[in-house]
Amino acid sequence: MNPERAERAERAAARIRSNPEHARRLLHQMLRVRRFEEKCVELYSAAKIRGFMHVYIGEEAVAAGVLATLEPGDAVVATYREHGHALLHGVAAGAILAEMYGFEQGCCHGRGGSMHLFDAATRFFGGNAIVAGGLPVAVGLALADKMTGRSRVTVCFFGEGAVAEGEFHESLNLAALWQLPVLFCCENNLYAMGTALGRSESQTDLALKAASYEIPAWPVDGMDVLAVEEAARRAVSAVRAGSGPHFLELRTYRFRAHSMYDPERYREKAEVSQWLERDPIDLLRGAVEAAGELSETQWSEVQAQVDAEVQAAVDFAEAGTLEPVEELTRHVYTDRAATDLDATDRDATDRKRP
Amino acid sequence: MKRTAMTTTYREAMREAIREALQRDDRVFLMGEDVGAYGGCFAVSLGLLEEFGPERIRDTPLSEAGFVGAGIGAALGGMRPIIEIMTVNFSLLALDQIMNNAATLSHMSGGQFSVPVVIRMTTGAGRQLAAQHSHSLEGWYAHIPGLRILAPATVADARGMLWTALTDPDPVLIFEHGSLYNTSGELGDDAGAVDIDTAAIRRPGADVSLITYGGTLPTVLEAATQLMKEGIDAEVLDLRTLRPLDDSAILATVARTHRAVVVDEGWRSGSISAEISARITEAAFFDLDAPVGRVCSAEVPLPYAKHLEQAALPSVARVIAAAREAVGQHG
Repeated sequence: MNPERAERAERAAARIRSNPEHARRLLHQMLRVRRFEEKCVELYSAAKIRGFMHVYIGEEAVAAGVLATLEPGDAVVATYREHGHALLHGVAAGAILAEMYGFEQGCCHGRGGSMHLFDAATRFFGGNAIVAGGLPVAVGLALADKMTGRSRVTVCFFGEGAVAEGEFHESLNLAALWQLPVLFCCENNLYAMGTALGRSESQTDLALKAASYEIPAWPVDGMDVLAVEEAARRAVSAVRAGSGPHFLELRTYRFRAHSMYDPERYREKAEVSQWLERDPIDLLRGAVEAAGELSETQWSEVQAQVDAEVQAAVDFAEAGTLEPVEELTRHVYTDRAATDLDATDRDATDRKRP
Repeated sequence: MKRTAMTTTYREAMREAIREALQRDDRVFLMGEDVGAYGGCFAVSLGLLEEFGPERIRDTPLSEAGFVGAGIGAALGGMRPIIEIMTVNFSLLALDQIMNNAATLSHMSGGQFSVPVVIRMTTGAGRQLAAQHSHSLEGWYAHIPGLRILAPATVADARGMLWTALTDPDPVLIFEHGSLYNTSGELGDDAGAVDIDTAAIRRPGADVSLITYGGTLPTVLEAATQLMKEGIDAEVLDLRTLRPLDDSAILATVARTHRAVVVDEGWRSGSISAEISARITEAAFFDLDAPVGRVCSAEVPLPYAKHLEQAALPSVARVIAAAREAVGQHG
């Protein structure tokens, strides 16, 4: 072990020992995503789930680390690879899975599917399948908070592919210009579908791009959940304190294909194997064990809890029912009868819970 | 209350509507390019920055996708933004946000979210601004479920549609034809919100229905005046709202006159005029005594040269010719 690694391991061990319960919780959160996603893949193969589906396996440390730092009322805007974000932000696993089954019990009544999970109760704003399309919306959510003096934070996740889109630049500029409370989390998994970062960007230092908008930005090891959480905590508290937008480049890797249709011609197996050695769950589990804070019994308990949750989600989804076809055009426009038009709805997100 | 009427312009009426909205609801703010310090590209918001300050009269960078998307996000966050886009051609830079977010979020989220944003923009030709400032794309937007599309053509509608649009829980796009800003009309000092659901008969008549909206309303009214001199009594229907269309008003006027001409500054192919014509033939075919006529813009990117631009647009003469055709009089 080189000295830098050794020092990092020692720091991690100290952090784990200072709050072992929290470390085990992060492990639990990452495992929830892992097992949920594995189940999704299985159910996709069994044709229970259709459409495009993108799983987060390998990237769990990013969502787990960032979302651990949020408070109730904070908003999340995510991408089409968002099952894990929804789950860790508090959307019920059963409602997510039922959504993918296309059932009425799904979090969007089956209108959105895998790529479009939404949840008003937890302020989870999707589920955006247009690359970079969520960034301006996140800026607007943050603008509303700033204009009304609320101390909420909006976290916006997007992939490194979004950096090539105009909306990325427009959004970073607006957020910085107006000093809005938004945290940009760039999940750099190195490939925009099949296009490697170096083949799409003239400047591959993404934090540098954000810094060019006068946004504090730094890269983070996205396979190390403790590092992610530490960086996110620093950024979120600065954003909440009114220091304007912040940007994290979370260096991660997806272990699976881009979607269920991807033959992975664009990357070498050796590269995947190399990254698999840095599996975020194995890394944390190893660190917690090394710190003497994870007994075999504790690890078994974590796994059993996760398995039970996933099984319950499957049972919930399997018991789902189809929304009547008569409801097809409902919600294209807001149900006027259910809406108070008399300007009493001070917050759209509070007013339309299902 | 004693009602007094005063003459005002379409521009002033729109400004008064924005001012009233800002005064009535602290969630309302205006955001767009040059709405503040410059006073608005078409001077609609002139003076509002001084009155309401830079937070609520918010100048933006040239970032249509960014600030339209931010308006959508702010609406989701409980605000009631009025977004101004300089012209409909520029709105194409924000089409992703309008189409993929504003129009879809309510349905795609299973009704959990509404997007109460109002997006205003200038549309139309007639000012020699050529092919990147002059088109009439409101018909395209009227194609999209989830949006409401308004086209105020009168001073009263310029004054009254905005507030009603702001109380709508869903995204509303308001298309203001550039040639209308300097038009004027009488407005009562108690003028205020108007409905945004129905079409309006601007001139009753018995012989032919001239169906139009927005910037071509003055053209059509002038044509109707001239037609009356030759004994053709035209009814003029102002659609006001292009989505949802007021089908019952369209069918009712056709039932009265049995002849219809649709006048639309958009291109003919795949247009809102085509939609209206189709609805008439679907639902009122047996009321018709003549085929539905259409007066649209020539299918060219609108040119700069004045004579070419005018030749491309619906004119009084072309409306008159189409009306004569419908009633079987060939001049």
